[in-house]
Amino acid sequence: MGFVENLTLFVLAAFVGYEVITKIPATLHTPLISGTNAISGITLIGAVVVAGAGHSTLATVLGFLAVVMATTNVVGGYLVSHRMLERFRGRED
Amino acid sequence: MLGSTAGLPPATLSLAYLVAAVLFILGLRALTHPRTARRGNLLSAAGMVVAVGVTLLWFEILSPVVLFAGLLVGAALGAWLATSVDTTDMPQLVGLFNGFGGGASALVAGAELVTRLGPTGTATLPVETTTAAAVTGLVGGVTFWGSLVAAGKLQGYVEDPLKYPGEDALKAAFLAVAVIAGGALVTGIDLPGALATATWVPSYWVLVAAASVLGILLVVPIGGADMPVVIALLNACSGLAAAATGFALDNSVLIVAGTLVGASGLILTVVMCESMNRSLTNVLFGGYGTGAPGEDAPDIYEGNVMSTSPEEVAMLLNVARRVVVVPGYGMAVGQAQHAVAELATLLEASGVEVVFGIHPVAGRMPGHMNVLLAEANVPYEQMEELETVNPTFAQTDVVIVTGANDVVNPTALSDQSSPIAGMPVLHVWEAQTVVVNKRSLSPGYAGIPNPLFTYDNTYMLFGDAREAMQALVTEYKETR
Repeated sequence: MGFVENLTLFVLAAFVGYEVITKIPATLHTPLISGTNAISGITLIGAVVVAGAGHSTLATVLGFLAVVMATTNVVGGYLVSHRMLERFRGRED
Repeated sequence: MLGSTAGLPPATLSLAYLVAAVLFILGLRALTHPRTARRGNLLSAAGMVVAVGVTLLWFEILSPVVLFAGLLVGAALGAWLATSVDTTDMPQLVGLFNGFGGGASALVAGAELVTRLGPTGTATLPVETTTAAAVTGLVGGVTFWGSLVAAGKLQGYVEDPLKYPGEDALKAAFLAVAVIAGGALVTGIDLPGALATATWVPSYWVLVAAASVLGILLVVPIGGADMPVVIALLNACSGLAAAATGFALDNSVLIVAGTLVGASGLILTVVMCESMNRSLTNVLFGGYGTGAPGEDAPDIYEGNVMSTSPEEVAMLLNVARRVVVVPGYGMAVGQAQHAVAELATLLEASGVEVVFGIHPVAGRMPGHMNVLLAEANVPYEQMEELETVNPTFAQTDVVIVTGANDVVNPTALSDQSSPIAGMPVLHVWEAQTVVVNKRSLSPGYAGIPNPLFTYDNTYMLFGDAREAMQALVTEYKETR
């Protein structure tokens, strides 16, 4: 894909993000931060490719560190959001 | 993107990434209500499983031991942190995870450069790729180290706020180094001496090192009560770093997911700044709340403050029909949320209407009070936002302010020269009686006195938030 196609995705995603996020109530802002945080761990897929490709020792070491950090972010982020959201209960629950 | 394909037809990878992106968006959309929020989190996690799973299947893995060791270590570390940390330490943990995302992106972009530039040394990459990598290195480095400092401050390891002369010049110098290194990377200018022939792409790592120092310098001078803004901004940065990595790797799902996170963090940053009526520049560089406390200000409290006891407040509550509780950071520090929730339950059992009025910047991260109260089993219907609760104070019999100060300061409305002028505040003084629970009359983060404490309908309940609320619970149980 070319740069312009990537830019198109970026701009459209920004608009979708704006529309969705502005509707989220303040009471859920902490789970929103930890949940989006986990999403930013999507960089894990880039880390997986560089760590697994076995090119040079340096690239593999960098990839390994990136995999550890991104996986911590993904697993920790979703778990901590889940833990918090479990506590958000309404009167009828 | 590097790596070679194995087996699956070419379109499957892109289609799986599309599915993942849709799941992320649906997951975020479900966060618009507490009832559906948990499902949203699971949808989002499912999207991540799809994206990572298809990547593992698609690309040929030549060093599986390294890769799976990394996945295991990361998963164990993340699971351990997420399950062992107390709810009261949530701001630090969220800050730390932000940093990990940004740091991982910076490393991925670096590894990509090393792989594609390293072996040949002279290979030229497209300008878009090197520019995207440079942006990733800058944002990722700032995010990782900035988040570590923010988490350190919230944990109490780093002095807060730390000011020193010439800090702006120092920040500018490191930014300049980062920009020059980025320029060298993009234009392919040779660095002096042995660096020019190095295969580890030195200009990129100089950039990352400068960005790392910059991240530390940026967060160190910022005070604790501005942390909601810092956490939201670093959240945005972790997403933008992932999006920039997506440009460098030419990967669609990284761009979409990273941008969603960037948009979310930026919106929260704007909301937090508006809730303090301050610009982002003022929060980041302003030096707010650092004025020496008690500087020649006339003592407005002398002889004008009425203090009260738990017994008296219990009597007030006995005749109340509507009570609003306004929590602040003091409630988090004193871990008073369970006592406050118990009081609310007792009041409701006696037929009193109880509402929690929550200011957007109360606490150390966006939504901090709500998480603490939810943990103490307060139903989310009972937590009201500033705009909803403000018109109801006139019909409220008793307001209990616990551990909050600046967010209930009427000076924000009356005094144009005040540091908090124009900040939206909770109009608690419109209620019949206001009980302010605070340890002393010391000023809040803004460093200014609060005339609310001298009002005729305000009573001060001095003491630690948890002790005072527990005493109130005991008294109320006895007298009701």
